[in-house]
Amino acid sequence: MNRSPAVNGGLVRHLPWLLLAVVGACALGVVALRRGESINALWIVAASVSIYLVAYRYYALFIATKVMRLDPTRATPAVVNNDGLDYVPTHRHVLFGHHFAAIAGAGPLVGPVLAAQMGYLPGTLWLIAGVVFAGAVQDFMVLFLSTRRNGRSLGEMVREEMGRVPGTIALFGCFMIMIIILAVLALIVVKALAESPWGMFTVIATLPIAVFMGIYMRFIRPGRIGEISVIGLVLLLGAIWYGGAIAADPYWGPAFTFTGVQITWMLIGYGIVAAMLPVWLLLAPRDYLSTFLKIGTIVGLAIGILVIAPELKMPALTQFVDGTGPVWKGALFPFLFITIACGAVSGFHALISSGTTPKLLDNEVNARYIGYGGMLMESFVAVMALVAASVIEPGLYFAMNSPPALVGTDVASVAATVSSWGFVITPETLEATARDIGEHTVLARAGGAPTLAVGIAQILHQVLPGENTMAFWYHFAILFEALFILTAVDAGTRAGRFMLQDLLGSFVPALARTKSWFANLLGTVGCVALWGYFLYQGVVDPLGGINTLWPLFGISNQMLAGVALILATVVLIKMKRGRYAWVTAVPAAWLLICTTYAGLIKLFDANPAVGFLAQANRYREALANGELLAPAVNAAQMQQVMINNYINAGLTVLFLAVVSSILFYAIKTALVARRHSERSDKEAPYQPMPSAH
Amino acid sequence: MFNDIARAGRYLGQAARLMVGMPDYDTYVSHMRTRHPDQPVMSYQEFFRERQDARYGGGKGRPVRCC
Repeated sequence: MNRSPAVNGGLVRHLPWLLLAVVGACALGVVALRRGESINALWIVAASVSIYLVAYRYYALFIATKVMRLDPTRATPAVVNNDGLDYVPTHRHVLFGHHFAAIAGAGPLVGPVLAAQMGYLPGTLWLIAGVVFAGAVQDFMVLFLSTRRNGRSLGEMVREEMGRVPGTIALFGCFMIMIIILAVLALIVVKALAESPWGMFTVIATLPIAVFMGIYMRFIRPGRIGEISVIGLVLLLGAIWYGGAIAADPYWGPAFTFTGVQITWMLIGYGIVAAMLPVWLLLAPRDYLSTFLKIGTIVGLAIGILVIAPELKMPALTQFVDGTGPVWKGALFPFLFITIACGAVSGFHALISSGTTPKLLDNEVNARYIGYGGMLMESFVAVMALVAASVIEPGLYFAMNSPPALVGTDVASVAATVSSWGFVITPETLEATARDIGEHTVLARAGGAPTLAVGIAQILHQVLPGENTMAFWYHFAILFEALFILTAVDAGTRAGRFMLQDLLGSFVPALARTKSWFANLLGTVGCVALWGYFLYQGVVDPLGGINTLWPLFGISNQMLAGVALILATVVLIKMKRGRYAWVTAVPAAWLLICTTYAGLIKLFDANPAVGFLAQANRYREALANGELLAPAVNAAQMQQVMINNYINAGLTVLFLAVVSSILFYAIKTALVARRHSERSDKEAPYQPMPSAH
Repeated sequence: MFNDIARAGRYLGQAARLMVGMPDYDTYVSHMRTRHPDQPVMSYQEFFRERQDARYGGGKGRPVRCC
């Protein structure tokens, strides 16, 4: 397109962006090259933000104008089907908030914290490169495809563009990913709340608070979201404050102290009951609380990092890039790229970008701002999580996240082991930190949430100093994560129930009736039993559970992203824009390489701490010889560990099968499409935007 | 100036409500008035309940929120 005033200002127009790119490159140079001295967190912030902006200005614009050819005169589904309810043309800033709230959950906060065991540099580089070339491209592409197809879901689009069989395979893949996500999220909550009466009390207190909010919004002052959310928030802060007194109380402290296994059973029971309750009573009000709390905390953390400008204490690279790390096993390639999923590229976003957002888009040119921009924002959240994990003492980080089987169970042995790795920490420091945050211990708190909470607490208590505020902010951060994880468990169980009933309904039609109380109960119990199984397995796992479940989650999530990018590539070829297919094909290939390689390592690696089959065989042989391997104390537990590893191996095979069959159908479809002389995609016909309302 | 602030405030309120899946009621009412004057318009309470059920209840296996 020719812009007449741009002729003489053509180059001048790019100057500020060039300047910004130079600033970003310099900041990145400091992050990447400074060794042996600590750097300031602001360098990472400056590097990421300037690269995001330049990528948005140039690469996203290139995709919008050349690859997609977004057309401002084309009516969007929101305009065509406007009903004031599901389809509403929405102002782009308002929609940005909606989309961002829907994509940003616990994922971008946890992955980077786990990845920090390799130092801050690998995670930072992958977050920036991943989002620019893969994650944001995926979100943007899927939003574009769905908008051009009347807001179709990812599964429907795969079915329409590639055929019925790959469509069903993709749906089944989504269901399995959902189960793993629910299990790993629930595991994070268990790890954070085990042996923590303060945290447990505040989380339990959210139940009556949410129910009160629900009743208030339903009957007392119907639909007043704003005022009741403020009331709920005040009650919640009160519960955090009061939790300290509860934890210190000689009677109530022990009464609210539970083991991981006890909390697991509570969560399983909660999952069944919560998914059967009416949505307005518990799910909706708690979703309101967790959404506003999440946005508030993210904003607060950003302000905190900017104001405090903390030094990073974690080295740029640790010796654990070789794959021997205590938090999770596996070398930098490919495991870093599946440990950090959300924040760099997250397949689950394909479900959101083909969900409510395309039905609210007022003009398709805004898809760039919502889709690409929204994902950049999530990546920034992940960068902040990485910063929060890197500002705490590395010794403390490893003491919190290493499994007891590796470092021991008391402060003296943990401090000695972690110090021997070169991350010097004293038992006194570990005890003092536990006291500061109002807990009995900081040991064996893997899962990301507690580490992040310590980081957030350190940052926030410097912004708002005061007596004993560390403990308050720590439990605030724990509560904020537990709150939206519980909401995800509740909502995810409901969504999973529908998927399961759909699946079972093809064999027994009666089970597909979502109004039937019995079919609902069966679907709910089935869904909870599935994630509950993986959760339980993770909680009793001596190597920490996260070690097993997080890679499974990462592999499945990245594979879904691969499926979404494959779909986008196929559609580009069908649209006769094959010469731009590299935009989605290159990140898709990268994800397939990473996930397939990681999947094969998880299956066949000879090291029992990495390979599922090796671990299963180790226990089988020991069983045959009549030996007992720790932590199993009897033959039945040995049997259990063996079966768990076989199931995990089976699941990995399943994920590999899902993605390779999608790839097979994609190649088939693409070859057929290339023989057509006309475009053959299933885009909805062009309708002009009405000139005035 | 004041109009700008008022408009920014209105968008902020709309954004906060849409974050939890509640579209703008006034937009819905004006849509119904102009496009479907023959059809009944839900009260705010009915609208609120309908939207809450639509977001969490009917789902059809579509998650409302990412991990």
